[in-house]
Parts: sequence; C-alpha cells; structure tokens
Amino acid sequence: MPELTGAQILWECLAREGVDTVFGYPGGAILPAYDALVDAPIHHVLVRHEQGACHMADGYARASGRVGVVVATSGPGATNLVTGLATAMLDSTPLVAITGQVGSGLLGTDAFQEVDVTGVTLPITKHNYLVTRAEDLAGVLREAFAVARGGRPGPVLVDITKDAQQARAAFDWDAAAPKRQHRRPTPQASIADLDQALAMLAQAERPVILAGHGITLGGARDVVQRFAESQDIPYACTLLGLGALPATHELALGMMGMHGEAWVNQAIQEADLLLALGMRFDDRVTGKLSSYAPKAKKIHVDIDRSEFNKNVSVDLAIHGDVQSVVEGLLAQATPRERPDWRARLRALRGDASVRDIQSLPDHGVLYAAHVIHDLWRLCPEATVVTDVGQHQMWEAQYWRHEGERSLITSGGLGTMGFALPAALGAQKARPDQEVWVVAGDGGFQMTSCELMTAVQEGLPLRIAVINNGFLGMVRQWQEFFYERRYAASPIQSPDFVKLAEAYGLTAFRVDSRGQIAEAVAKARAVTGPSLIEFRVQQEDSVFPMVPAGAALDEMIRRPAPSVLAETGADTA
Amino acid sequence: MTESHCILALLDDEPGVLDRVAALCRRRAFNIQSLTVSPASEPGASRMTLVVEATEIGARRVVAHLEKLVNVQSVDLLQSGDLARDLCLARVACGPAARPAVLQLAEVFRARVVDLAADSLVLECTGNRTKVDRFIEVLRPYGLLDLGRSGAVAMARNSEPLALGIPA
Repeated sequence: MPELTGAQILWECLAREGVDTVFGYPGGAILPAYDALVDAPIHHVLVRHEQGACHMADGYARASGRVGVVVATSGPGATNLVTGLATAMLDSTPLVAITGQVGSGLLGTDAFQEVDVTGVTLPITKHNYLVTRAEDLAGVLREAFAVARGGRPGPVLVDITKDAQQARAAFDWDAAAPKRQHRRPTPQASIADLDQALAMLAQAERPVILAGHGITLGGARDVVQRFAESQDIPYACTLLGLGALPATHELALGMMGMHGEAWVNQAIQEADLLLALGMRFDDRVTGKLSSYAPKAKKIHVDIDRSEFNKNVSVDLAIHGDVQSVVEGLLAQATPRERPDWRARLRALRGDASVRDIQSLPDHGVLYAAHVIHDLWRLCPEATVVTDVGQHQMWEAQYWRHEGERSLITSGGLGTMGFALPAALGAQKARPDQEVWVVAGDGGFQMTSCELMTAVQEGLPLRIAVINNGFLGMVRQWQEFFYERRYAASPIQSPDFVKLAEAYGLTAFRVDSRGQIAEAVAKARAVTGPSLIEFRVQQEDSVFPMVPAGAALDEMIRRPAPSVLAETGADTA
Repeated sequence: MTESHCILALLDDEPGVLDRVAALCRRRAFNIQSLTVSPASEPGASRMTLVVEATEIGARRVVAHLEKLVNVQSVDLLQSGDLARDLCLARVACGPAARPAVLQLAEVFRARVVDLAADSLVLECTGNRTKVDRFIEVLRPYGLLDLGRSGAVAMARNSEPLALGIPA
C-alpha cells in the first residue's frame, strides 16, 4: 500500500476520476496541494479571480457533461467561489470545489484567512465536507464526485485543512469507494404511473411537451424526440432546455415564459395536456400561477421529487430519469397525428411574424437582435455562452440551437459576469469547437479580467460585446414599470477595442448591420482570442414580455411595423 | 389545510448533520414545531423526530428534501395512528395545602413526582402532544415555576392500531 501525502492523494484521486483540467488560484492554505500539482498529470488554468474559476469549471462541465473542478485557497479565495457555486447549484451543474483551510489546530480561532466555508456554502452546495485527516481524503473525494454526478447533479465542496494536505496516509483507491450511494438508487417509474400517463396522452387533443435541462442531463434527447414525433406533440423549451431538442424541427415551438414567443405561451395556455420533462416550473416560465395553463392536465417527470407540486400542482408526478420514463412511454404508445392542433399553432405563429424584429427595416440602426440573428446565420455550429440580460433573451429568441450543449447560460441564478469565464471553461473542455461569448456591456465588465486568462491559455474564443450603453434589462423594466426613471442603469464603458488590444486580443468594432459579416469573418480568422464590439440601438426592448406576476397570455408585444411607422419610434 | 406532521429520519452520526436539517427547513420555510435527536439503536446513526406544521403536500416535500441530504439514511412520514411521545418536566408552586390536589392531577395524567420541596414539586409526564398540553393547562392555575418539554419522539406502529386504541 503506497503512502502518500494528502496533497498527492488529492491529485491522484482527481486524475482517477478523469479530471484533466482544473481552474484555480493558489494561496497559503492550499500551497501544499499546489506543490504536489507540479508532479500530477493535470493542467491548471490560472484565473484572475476565483469567481471566474468557478464559472470556468461550470462552463467546462456544461460543455462536456463531465465534472468541472475548481481550486481555491481558504478565506477570501473560498468566499469568492460563492456566486459560482450558487450559479451551478441553481442550474444543476456537476462541480467539485477544492478549498484549502487553515491547519486543524487553528480551526475556530479566526486564524489568518480562516472562514467557515462549509458553513457559508451549506445552502448553495449539494453537499460539502471538511477534511482534517489525510486518511479520510480519498473516501471523501470519491464520494464528492459521485454526489456531484449522481441524480440531479450539483456542486460539492471539499474543504481540506493544510495539515491534512501535508500528512501522509496509506492510499487505497478501492477501499475508498463511495458507500452511501446505495441509499439513493435511480428511481424507476411504476407500471401504474406509465399506464396513467398513457391514458392521459390518449385523451389529449392539444398536448405540449415542456422540455427542460433534465433532457440533456439525463441523455434523453433521442428518445424524447422520437416520442414527440410518434405522438405528434409539439415541444416548447425552457431557457436551459434550448438545444436539448433541435430548434428547427417541425415540432419545435421555441422558448416559453417571460420572454418566450407569443405563440409558445399561447399554446401552453390553450393546451389540454402538459408533459413536463426535466423542468421545474420556474416563476419565469409560468407567469401568474393561478392562471397558468388553466385547461391543461399536467404530468411532471423529474429525477428530483422535491420539485413536484412546488409551484404548480400536477395531476401526475413521475419520479424517474427522463430517459427511462419516456422510453417506457414510447414502448407502449400508439402513434398518432394531431392535424387540428398543429394547424391552430401555425395560425398563432403567423400573427407573430409581422411583429418580429427580423421584419423591421433597420434604417441604419444596429439592433442587437439583428446582430444575434446574423451571428447565428454565420456561425450556426458554434457553442454560445451568454451573460445575463437583454442580449441573453435575444440570443434565446434568435439563435436557433440545433445541437445539445450548444447554449450555455446562467438561467436559475441569472449571474452577470458568467459568460466570459464560462466560455473559457467550455473552450477548454472542447478545444476543437467554435465558442462564442455573447455578453452585454454591463456583465462583460464584471469579469473582463479573465481576458488575460484566455490569452495566457491561448484559447481561440470569439467574443461579441453587445454595447447599448445601458444595463439594458434594468432600463427596460424602468421604461415599462418605473416611468422611465433610469436610476443607475446608464453605464459607461471603456473603449472595448483598446481594452481587448491591451490584453493582447485582436478586436473590431461594428456600428451598422452591413459591417457584421466582414467583422465576424476577420474575428474568426484570428489564431488566438478575438473580440467584436457591437454598438447597438440604446433603448430597444425585448419583446414579447410577460410582466412579473401577469398571466402568460398577457404579453407586452412589439408594436407592429405600421404602428412604428406612424409614431416614428423606429427612426431613432 | 396545515396540521402537524411527524417525520422520522435516521441520520449518519457525524458533525454538521443537524445544521443541514435546520438550514434546509429555514431555507425552504418549513415550520418546525419540534426537533429531537438522539443516538439510534444502530451504531453510527442518529435518530431524529421532526414535527412540522404543513399541508399534506408540504410534509411530503419536507420528506423529499430530507432524502436529498447525503447523510440522511432514511426518512418516513408517520401516519396519525403512529406513536409519538413528548416528555415534560413541570415545577409547580405547591405548598402542603395544595399538594393533595396536585398529586391527584398527576395521577390522572400518570405523571410522577421526581422532586419535592417545601413549596414546590416537579412532575414528569409523558404522552402525546395533546395530553401533555392538557397536563400543563391543568397545572397552570397552581403556578408553573418552570417548564421543560422534549418535543416528540416517534415510532411507526408495526400493525394497524387496535380499534379501541391503547391509551397514550
């Protein structure tokens, strides 16, 4: 039995768990681990801020389906992970965070850089551990990875005291196998549940599938698509469900919810059956609960049964992973067609297209939605990582995501500053994939220091900064709901081109729609990272919009072009 | 309609487990009426009885959330016919004149005298929550000098409760 230091055990376990890259920042209490890293077969990405490291591990995990790993020191290093852990928790990303901790003899004494990080992160991790003995390390790490991956995935934090990193212990991989996993076997849907679901489906005339992130996490894309085709059921996606099923399929409706397309929300309100797969009826999805899908019976399939009946009362809750449940349904369902329902949905969709910003002449104004639409046309195969705000919603509306994991975005927590570091992680996980950052001028400035990390790593990231001079979504809410009192929403920015060049990127600026294609072609030809600043219309809004607390079909719609022409609102 | 629901859980006996249960209940706004933890008969395990004020669906959600905690071994939502017992210790102001009446009440509730002083006595009473509540109410006119209650300790019945019921 080899005897290793705790630090050596750490890297040995990570390597055996399949980790090839970690994102981190060194410091006093984690120094023994960093010393042993020199001899480990693991690449370390040095970030500029630990929050960035956590988002990178998150992006790495979302792009690849593997567990992302972030490393930080004690105290401020660990507390800087908090936003990233909460982001991963809300979006069910499998993550393992390793933090250094002061020596076990100093615990509880307010020692230099001591923070009770297991206490701080208790509500924003799936589980966490404080390890004070080297001999406990292997067992804890193996369980940490199993917990992060298992069931509904999530972040796990392992806090390791400095002396536990330094002490030596026998290393026995097999003996350290996780022992508590048998308590939570993968739930299996009962025959009775499947039969009831099939009976409800057979009676439904106007069913809609609500497709969530759980389809991707559960590897259920193929079977759900085949089931939708067999039953002729259109599907609407949550924000994180975009890309879970192909967007240009004839059954694809688009995104639901607050900024979902009008016909999607209308379809949900008219449906007589909702089949919710791996989604959680978030308030941004349902609008006012008392008037949500009033005519629909609801079937909810999820691997996490604490989500059942949380926001929306359902008629049938099936506890299981989406893949096996839908396989069970598909095996027994008789194929059918629903021409009337499909015709009704086509009619709903027709009305929306005249209001679509794609139909608007630009009059020389650069619309953010046009930028995103053109980016999609030029780079349809790219993975897109967005920040949070207006550009995020336009991306969700105008970028048609065909492939799985082709959109990475902070949905549940809505973390500004997520895009650049998460894209870095995604690029690291999939080096051959074209990765685009789409960020606003506000969020981009929150974590723009990670540009240097991209340069140091030599990553060919493509970055689109959508600059409208405002915290756009805040401004939009102020316009609609706060009488245009623009409190703290106008924001100045540095010259993004010069900023990027100072970091060593190649950068371009675009002011009109005609320049987009050439700038994108130039940006894509650069060997390292490149950036394009798009100076867009300052006071455009995301339509349609369901105001917070309103019913899904009470949407604020984009004025039709004829109205715009009369009021001159389009000739800014 | 909200009512009391009794939840029984076996937990790994390790530091921080109680923190996790308490933090979960706080974060999800579950209303805890009582929480008792003690070593379980199985080595390395603690036994927790949690009483929450919730709807039936709410109580099931508490169970579903508890099941997600890594160091929770098992969780059961007890039924109304299952066993749940509180313990209370009550120090009653009671000189020689009042003593016979208080002792008579104690006998009605099958309470025991565990401390006796010239002007007070301490009674120990176990029973379901309702019984203990009533016991305290009948003592209150005499003057309650101190009161300690344990919160429920519970156990599922193995079989259907007898039609007549066994008095608590």
